[in-house]
Amino acid sequence: MSAPATALREASRAAARSRARERWQTALRSKTLLAGVSILGFWIVCALAGARLAPLDPFADNLLATLAPPSAGHWFGTDQLGRDIFSRVIVGARDILIVAPLATLLGTVLGTALGLALGYLRGAVDDIASRVIEAVQALPLVIVALMALAAVGTSDLTVVLVIGFVFTPLIARTVRSAVLVESELDYVAAARLRGDGTLAIMFVEILPNVLPIAVVEMTVRLGYAIFFVASLSFLGFGIQPPSADWGIAIAENYSLVGSYWWTVLFDAAATASLVIGVNLVADGLAGVFEA
Amino acid sequence: MSDALRIEHLEVSFRVGQRERKVVSDVSFAIRRGESYGLVGESGCGKSTVAFAAIRYLARNGRVSGGRIWVDGQDLWSLPARELRRLRTHSIAMVYQDPGRALNPTTRIGTQMAEVFEVAEGLKGRVALERAAQMLARVQIASPERVLRNFPHELSGGMQQRVVIAMALSMSPGLLILDEPTTGLDATVEAEVLDLIEHLRAELGNAILFISHNLPVVARLCDRVGVLYAGELVEEGPGSSVFRDPRHPYTVGLLRCMPAYGARKNQGRLETIPGFLPAPGTITGRCVYADRCANVTERCRAEVPPAIDLGGRMSRCFYPERAPDLPRQVAAPARGAQPGPAAHTRTQAHEVPLLRTHHLSKTYRIAGRPLQAVHEVTLDLWPGETLGLVGESGSGKSSLAKLLLGLSSPDAGSRVQLRGEALPASADDRTREQLKALQMVFQNPGSALNRSQTVRRLLGRSLRLTRLVGRAREARLEELAESVRLTPQHLDEKPRRLSGGLKQRVGIARAFAGGPRVVVCDEPTSALDVSVQAAILNLLVDLQAQEHVGYIFISHDLNVVHYLSDRIAVLYLGRLMEIGPAERVFSGPHHPYTEALLSANPTLENEGARRIRLHGELPNVLNLPSGCVFHTRCPRKLGSICEREEPPLVDAGSGHGIRCHIPAAELATRAPVVSPPG
Repeated sequence: MSAPATALREASRAAARSRARERWQTALRSKTLLAGVSILGFWIVCALAGARLAPLDPFADNLLATLAPPSAGHWFGTDQLGRDIFSRVIVGARDILIVAPLATLLGTVLGTALGLALGYLRGAVDDIASRVIEAVQALPLVIVALMALAAVGTSDLTVVLVIGFVFTPLIARTVRSAVLVESELDYVAAARLRGDGTLAIMFVEILPNVLPIAVVEMTVRLGYAIFFVASLSFLGFGIQPPSADWGIAIAENYSLVGSYWWTVLFDAAATASLVIGVNLVADGLAGVFEA
Repeated sequence: MSDALRIEHLEVSFRVGQRERKVVSDVSFAIRRGESYGLVGESGCGKSTVAFAAIRYLARNGRVSGGRIWVDGQDLWSLPARELRRLRTHSIAMVYQDPGRALNPTTRIGTQMAEVFEVAEGLKGRVALERAAQMLARVQIASPERVLRNFPHELSGGMQQRVVIAMALSMSPGLLILDEPTTGLDATVEAEVLDLIEHLRAELGNAILFISHNLPVVARLCDRVGVLYAGELVEEGPGSSVFRDPRHPYTVGLLRCMPAYGARKNQGRLETIPGFLPAPGTITGRCVYADRCANVTERCRAEVPPAIDLGGRMSRCFYPERAPDLPRQVAAPARGAQPGPAAHTRTQAHEVPLLRTHHLSKTYRIAGRPLQAVHEVTLDLWPGETLGLVGESGSGKSSLAKLLLGLSSPDAGSRVQLRGEALPASADDRTREQLKALQMVFQNPGSALNRSQTVRRLLGRSLRLTRLVGRAREARLEELAESVRLTPQHLDEKPRRLSGGLKQRVGIARAFAGGPRVVVCDEPTSALDVSVQAAILNLLVDLQAQEHVGYIFISHDLNVVHYLSDRIAVLYLGRLMEIGPAERVFSGPHHPYTEALLSANPTLENEGARRIRLHGELPNVLNLPSGCVFHTRCPRKLGSICEREEPPLVDAGSGHGIRCHIPAAELATRAPVVSPPG
């Protein structure tokens, strides 16, 4: 290739890089996204560092100091066994931040594939599957998950699988409607005219264009998943003791809330802040993709 | 007496991100009472921005950063809110491009129209409705009472636009702003709406600001015109003198790039305007048109040309007297301009056509009822030939294209043959060779290119049909890009970074990737501006000459079809009404429908053309008329035979077929609708 052409291509690559930078700048300017990432980032650090970050041993009983109110020694007080709640809240981030994202990821991958297939292939299968999805949406999902977990037995793996499967139809529905719009665009016709197969059209042509929608949907679902896992743990079907999980802590202490509010408040606030952080990220991402 | 609208040194700026962008600069013009003023220019020139500034309705991030606007003698931008509201109710009205979106879909027409009178004049229920009915009668709606009870979706586009115009006129505004009022409408409907506007103007005498990209339409309707370019008014004056004797190089260029009425591809290439429209507000301190102007001098690049008064007209050019002699591009006749090979090959019986359809039909089922989108269409396409396909929306042009390409399956009994061999109905069942042979250029390049792929990847995927690999494929890709005049720089861009014209070039390159024999072009230029359209048409002509492909060219623009086509087929409600050599279809004898289409076609050259208007609505496609499907609107209906029997395609000589009960000899006695040029 001639030198000027190479130079031109170099220039266009540089332009592409500056465009990527532009998108980053939009992302950084979004205060919503920034706030969400900060909150989420904080909890991720807690989950990763765990016990090293905690001032005291979160699992050490101290029967001389049970149910102590917040003080300089125990910022968030202590629980029934005298364990430091502040340390337990920090360590408690770990399990939920493993289980909820994995479940959401599973649901997104399966849901996106299902949505692509239904939206592109249409026909009787789509009609039937869409009705089934609507029926699933009408059920109280926590109950469905509870029954499934009761049947297969509770472990981190089964919780991931059950929540992943429960989310699949919900994500499929969102992706399907985006795929319906894409399928009508002429680039799909052009792909058929050059002999592309069905799978190539679905995954190479259409998928990249619905991916932003799937990613935003995934973040929204992550918020639900955190809440979902916390609820299951509260009911005893989610994360299992001896984990310092927030849901378990709330379950163990909620009967004391009248006199010993600190045993429940900080775990509940932690759960809420994580959900809010994830939702802020979802909003921010949606904004960046639209821009 | 004060002018209906007076704009002086108008400047409009928009905030985009952190920056302020000037999108309209130093625009001045005045519309006298009762005068009609046309504002023309390509998309992105600031036409609509001027209109919105004139009713003080700019978007939130926009503001008038300089100049003043008077409506009816009142300084618009300094009026208090109450006065502004009064002015908007009584003195100005606006009609937008898409009537479907201007009407409230959940409310009956009567309720919407009566509201105007209730708010403005305090009329109540029945009285307001009566006034609404009067207004509908005024815009020549035959049964106002029925229309008042209709919801907007129950009306056709033409009727909706009449209703919107009636609403706009209900307070007899002194100034009526029409923003591309006929752009979404079919040619015959557009002609009717324009007739109506002309008629109303004569009757009501209000001033009109008419915004359009369509020069012939503006020429027909407007006393004065202003030409906008990149947010500046570059030329202004009486319509007749601006269009006949333009004094700004941009106007000259714009007029030259439209295929003139009767122009043919073998008579020469179309003129184009080199370069691109600059983003508004990016050129300062010099002439906005300097980069694209053939008459450019040092002075144009150093100073802003002032508005030069030429006695009743204005040109923003240092050298207005040189504009008419703007150098033409090399007026070489288009390559491959030998008179259509089609004409003689066809007479040789042993020759097989490139593409042949035999009784091609497509029936959709809508709630169990049949909808005939295409009905028994039989036609041939010869190598190197262009077959133009014309007809209004709903005539089955695009459905026919989809059948040929195998994107939808025809009814049983239909046959499509490629070089004498039967083609499988679905593209999915066609062989690699068959797929390569038949390709398509789509109408909307934005939707036809996958936005997540770079041009290089997009073309590369189409090149897989050629089985080329590695360096050979890379080399072919670059050759392909060069053949449609894309630079290597464009190859690494994603479609959204390209202009409409460049996107369409990518679309054309993709169609030619596998070395096609037939390319179906579905309105390939209707989404583009005139100056871009000319370059794309030139490219299509060049590629045809080089590759000797046959085109099926679909368009609603008769001048474009005439320019490009060797033969033309006219469709109405999925049926072939007329087919024949392009010059015969244009010069007659005509099918009555073709006659109406030609008469509705706005051209700069034929202002005095005979007006044949179709009345009534397009029949319901689920309940087609018996006999000849055109009899419900035909101005030359013979009698009951038209209602009983479907006419045969009668041979009118030299391969010219007309589907009409009127004998060809009698059709030939009618003078042509529009006389050939010269």
